[in-house]
Amino acid sequence: MEAREKKQPTIIKEANTDFEVRSLDTICINESQIRHPWWHSIKYLVAGLLFGILLIKSEVVSWFRIQEMFRLQSFHMYGVIGTAVVTGIISVWLIKKFKVNTIYGEPIELHSKQFNKGQIYGGLLFGAGWALTGACPGPLYALIGTGATVIIVTLLSAIVGTWVYGRLREKLPH
Amino acid sequence: MQLWEWIKQPWPWYVAGPLIGLTVPLLLILGNKTFGVSSSLRHICAACVPANIPFFKYDWRKESWNLFFVAGIVLGAAMATQWLSSGEPIVVDPKLVNELQQYNIHDYSSIIPVDLFNWPSLFTLRGFLLMVAGGFLVGFGTRYAGGCTSGHAIMGLSNLQWPSLVATCCFMAGGFVTANLILPVILNL
Repeated sequence: MEAREKKQPTIIKEANTDFEVRSLDTICINESQIRHPWWHSIKYLVAGLLFGILLIKSEVVSWFRIQEMFRLQSFHMYGVIGTAVVTGIISVWLIKKFKVNTIYGEPIELHSKQFNKGQIYGGLLFGAGWALTGACPGPLYALIGTGATVIIVTLLSAIVGTWVYGRLREKLPH
Repeated sequence: MQLWEWIKQPWPWYVAGPLIGLTVPLLLILGNKTFGVSSSLRHICAACVPANIPFFKYDWRKESWNLFFVAGIVLGAAMATQWLSSGEPIVVDPKLVNELQQYNIHDYSSIIPVDLFNWPSLFTLRGFLLMVAGGFLVGFGTRYAGGCTSGHAIMGLSNLQWPSLVATCCFMAGGFVTANLILPVILNL
């Protein structure tokens, strides 16, 4: 009986204290109100594992492929990102149309993004970093997985960059 | 066994792209999670060095699914390299090969150019700019923009968000300028 009770997820309604942060920075903010024991997160490990395999097998994590993309020498990257976006658009449309729920029965929530100038300034800076390292954040993790241990330094540097942004955030134009 | 041989080759864009796109509904259906990788960097800051900065004062444990996801990326990449790889050098456009030749980049055996990205070159100006400064820009820029290729270009565009289109265009603009104008200067160092 007790074990059964433990399986029931508890719903915690929380006050939205960080609304400003959320409105500016909504990426990856978890909309689910259900709290699970940690091992429920293993399914995200598996999802990440599949995504990691795709990143390697499609070679989008390769510095060479990124250079080809920014020199318009190959269609490959555009093909991958383009078909990924089209698949995503169709999936999100289907989810909305059929009001698909999560596996826990929660309605799927999608929220709109607010425009701010950070998307321009930050976007340009990230683009520069993408061209230099040949990697966006996902590929940084993937490259470490391939055994390129020196990329750990690049990842740490990216963490420092994120931290410095958080530190300077109030002073930056948004 | 022909299928197995095919799997070991690099996958064409029309196979890999749609599968990458399916990550969006997968995460939504698994638990209302919006696809995005760069937030993991913020969660790491929030977990390790919040330093009383408001931007890092939130319940990162609630977002810890994202850390499981990135740990999965590391594992998946390791598995793909170990078991699903043909071991053949990466094939790139001959024009790029020609261009990189003048910077003494000849090694295509690995998915990254090992001539550029290795431990000893970390202590050269060229290596420092590529690996350390580049990494800093990735972390700083993605958070400033509120997302990266996954969060804006794939998730945001999938949800038809025009701010994500602005961000994606800026990613590309920054990349085009840097790759064509600034990178050649750095590679010559």
